[in-house]
Amino acid sequence: MEPIKFNYTVPGDDFTRAGEASADLKNKLKKMGITGAPVRNISIALYEGEINLAIHAGGGEITALVYPEKVELFLDDNGPGIADINLALQEGYSSATDEVRSLGFGAGMGLPNMKKYADEFHIESQVGEGTHIKMVVNL
Amino acid sequence: MKIKDIIELLDAENLTPELDLEQELHSACGSDMMSDVLAYVKDQAVLLTGLNNPQVIRTADMMDMLCVVYVRGKRPDALSLKIANEKGICVLTTERALFTCCGILYDNGLRGA
Ligand SMILES: Nc1ncnc2c1ncn2[C@@H]1O[C@H](COP(=O)(O)OP(=O)(O)OP(=O)(O)O)[C@@H](O)[C@H]1O
Ligand SMILES: [Mg+2]
Repeated sequence: MEPIKFNYTVPGDDFTRAGEASADLKNKLKKMGITGAPVRNISIALYEGEINLAIHAGGGEITALVYPEKVELFLDDNGPGIADINLALQEGYSSATDEVRSLGFGAGMGLPNMKKYADEFHIESQVGEGTHIKMVVNL
Repeated sequence: MKIKDIIELLDAENLTPELDLEQELHSACGSDMMSDVLAYVKDQAVLLTGLNNPQVIRTADMMDMLCVVYVRGKRPDALSLKIANEKGICVLTTERALFTCCGILYDNGLRGA
């Protein structure tokens, strides 16, 4: 069966708009009759990714594919990339500036949270090229 | 505990008067770091914070929370209030500090994650 597809562009210059895509997808899933823990897991994992696009990557693209049994989430950016992915995945590791911290982010919990709330988590990153993340949440 | 009890206990002002104050709440968390809040889902219904930007309401929405309490007299901007009203998240503001608010609510039966 063909999945239902949603696309979002996350701006890199307006932090107040970060989270719009996650909120919209959450709404759409609810309207499709998908509820409970999977929706919350999708929402939190995508929101963390969306915030990362806004604060670390200068913006990016989100694609969500909704299948009857799972939702696939793709986050793609052409930002600075991540030099040491294993380090970035550790709880508490953050390169965030004081400015980002003053906005309530930079605890170094985003990628670990995404890994925790998604059933599958894949990340590829190249310094100077960008970062690509795929997450799968089973329904 | 209900939202109307929180208003009373914290001497709080309700900034979303159209929303329901009768919903039952059992669990809360207090933090200025949103990723910390997002790390521990345990059906928290209330977020207490000194942080003031739209991501506070977004975080509460992603966590399916029912109420956000801004401490130390913080007042959210128009965008935050607009999102809160859309999502049905009750927004309160109190002059009290975060630690004090958490203590009072804990004393009256709210629990953490
Ligand atoms: N899309 C991205 N592009 C470039 N670097 C990234 C990207 N996502 C994450 N990083 C790097 O990985 C680090 C860890 O990311 P993570 O989301 O876990 O923490 P954080 O964003 O710093 O803080 P938090 O998510 O708790 O607010 C970041 O500090 C940043 O250095
Ligand atoms: Mg992050």
